[in-house]
Amino acid sequence: MDEQLQAKVQDIFRDVFDVPDLKIDRHSSAATIEGWDSFMHINLVSAIERAFKVRFALGELQSLKNVGDLLDLLQSKIAKASA
Amino acid sequence: MLEGKRRTPVGSVFRSLQLKSMVDLLSSFNDPINADAILLKRRQIKRVLQEIPHKTPVRIAILGGSTTADVRSMLELFLLKAGLEPVFYESEYNQYFEDVLFDNPALRNFQPNVIYVFTTWQNVTGFPPVDASPEEVDAAAKAETDRLRTFWDKIRSQYGCMILQNNFDIPLSRPLGNLESVVPGGRLAFLNRLNQEIAAEAGRNPLFQMVDIHYLSAKVGLDRWFDPDYWFSYKMALTPVASVYAARSVASVIGSLYGKAKKCLVLDLDNTLWGGVIGDDGVANLKLGRETALGESFVAFQSYVKALHRRGVILAVCSKNSPEVAPQGFSHPDSVLQMADFSAFYANWDPKHDNLAAIARDLNIGLDSIVFVDDNPAERALVSAQLPAVAVPDVGADVSRFQYILEGHGYFEPVRLNRDDNQRAQYYEDNAARTDAAAAFADYGQFLASLDMTAEIEPFSAVYMDRIAQLTNKTNQFNLTTRRYTIAEIEKFAQDPCCITLYGRLTDKFGDNGLISVLVAKLEGSEAVVDLWLMSCRVLKRGMEQAMFDRLVDECRQRGIASIVGTYIPTSKNGMVEGHYQSLGFEPAAGGEGCTRWKFQVTPDYQPQNRYIARRKLT
Repeated sequence: MDEQLQAKVQDIFRDVFDVPDLKIDRHSSAATIEGWDSFMHINLVSAIERAFKVRFALGELQSLKNVGDLLDLLQSKIAKASA
Repeated sequence: MLEGKRRTPVGSVFRSLQLKSMVDLLSSFNDPINADAILLKRRQIKRVLQEIPHKTPVRIAILGGSTTADVRSMLELFLLKAGLEPVFYESEYNQYFEDVLFDNPALRNFQPNVIYVFTTWQNVTGFPPVDASPEEVDAAAKAETDRLRTFWDKIRSQYGCMILQNNFDIPLSRPLGNLESVVPGGRLAFLNRLNQEIAAEAGRNPLFQMVDIHYLSAKVGLDRWFDPDYWFSYKMALTPVASVYAARSVASVIGSLYGKAKKCLVLDLDNTLWGGVIGDDGVANLKLGRETALGESFVAFQSYVKALHRRGVILAVCSKNSPEVAPQGFSHPDSVLQMADFSAFYANWDPKHDNLAAIARDLNIGLDSIVFVDDNPAERALVSAQLPAVAVPDVGADVSRFQYILEGHGYFEPVRLNRDDNQRAQYYEDNAARTDAAAAFADYGQFLASLDMTAEIEPFSAVYMDRIAQLTNKTNQFNLTTRRYTIAEIEKFAQDPCCITLYGRLTDKFGDNGLISVLVAKLEGSEAVVDLWLMSCRVLKRGMEQAMFDRLVDECRQRGIASIVGTYIPTSKNGMVEGHYQSLGFEPAAGGEGCTRWKFQVTPDYQPQNRYIARRKLT
């Protein structure tokens, strides 16, 4: 797993939630991070899309259980884009 | 009364926070706007903006035909930045129609000042079939506009507040290709027609403002405006980036309704209004005219400035130049702007912030009503540092971009072009002539007498409601209570037998100042309590406040009122009227928190205080 990617995604979480010392790991999810409601979810997803210049297709996000799944999906999209 | 070099709240907050990064954060709001940064850091930005004190509260109900959370969150930032403190009501998803049509205690109790109807083309229910006959299309258009009209009428009768209504954006897909707006049953043809109806409503209904998302969707670009994934997943009719643009535009309109629009554009000369340095190059060698691309771009910018001026924006010059040489530039045959277009002209070698302060003083406007445009980044930085209240957009150095950057900021958003607005530039020029005249008199009373002033002071009447509402919502300095009222509330005062309402209109030998003062007093037992008293600063120190008071005392005597109670509620801008009631002969009274209270006994032997203004009685 690319640690740099996780760090960049963590920065986005920190900005979106406005919690400068927020820490995320692969097991983080809406259940473990306070305030992760549907509105914040859209903010997170769209911020990640804009920051990494990727697009999540309809349905891709529904199957994600936690931040680990999100990072894996993101990683594969970045790899595809640079291939 | 002028703020002079006093720091504005915005500036002092940044200094107290000592956070240059926060200033950088807010630079995302410059044009071209950094929508990505604003969306990402919205919570931080909101925290910073909330620190700015003395904001005007405004209650906004967003009635949406799609998900409005992003629009609300962005609108909040832009309104905070404009000096407003918004509170929101949001309808349930796509309940905009039901929320208004059926009894809705939640919305009623919210008491909105503004209802923003956030609809998009997806909310059009009755598109005609593609092969519809012209008659069928007519019927479909009538059904759709009738539905909208019922909706607006209901808002008007039930809530009486200002309506902001989106027109319709352009759909991304075109099943009819280039025939979309040709065939009567084309979707775009139909939407264009509905948009004309919405625009017509905006033209005739003073409580109705159209938000032109048709234009915005084109400006942002449809591929960035609409995203099918966001529509299907979240029912967002606009992408988050598009919401930023829509919110910026809506905030400009609401800001303007609350008097936050700028009044005056101050311009540098060399390489701002023409290419080259007039003192070195001479008039003949200025780059201005159709011969070169650069010359043409200066003509284009001048034409834009001229269009703003025609619309009522006051113009002034602030330039490091010799006072004899600078005006010659406007004698250039290709100069669109003429010397007569400027209400103040400062060409000298003094620091620009001193000249800007002088311009504000001459024109009797606040520094926060001024936008300063200069191609020189050093001058811009100096002015921003010395006078944080003045808006100094980063226009860059490329004149061909100036008008677009200025417009992006929405500084001069007009909510209505009324006669007064068109004439306003003229008032300020007349005012400059008055200031000159004052200099020639030894004694101020002699000067006032020479002005041949006549006032019309009467109860509110229908023709003036628009202007009374406008003045009520934008006057900050000469305003005892700074209470804001919608036109509907003002109409209620006018009809209430327990209210004394007065407007004042002043004419002098230099011109008509228009309706410039408003007073509302509520009768409570034997007392008349002044709820609202305000006056435009362009007629300051003319005796108009005494004339208004004389008339108020008259009205009180006719009604057997024994005393008049006045309240002064201090704000960051109305320090000039702190001693207002004392100077009229009121005695300090007890009570009131965060304000001072004053009392005046109405006696039969009251002597009118106004000595210089003749009363014109309406027959």
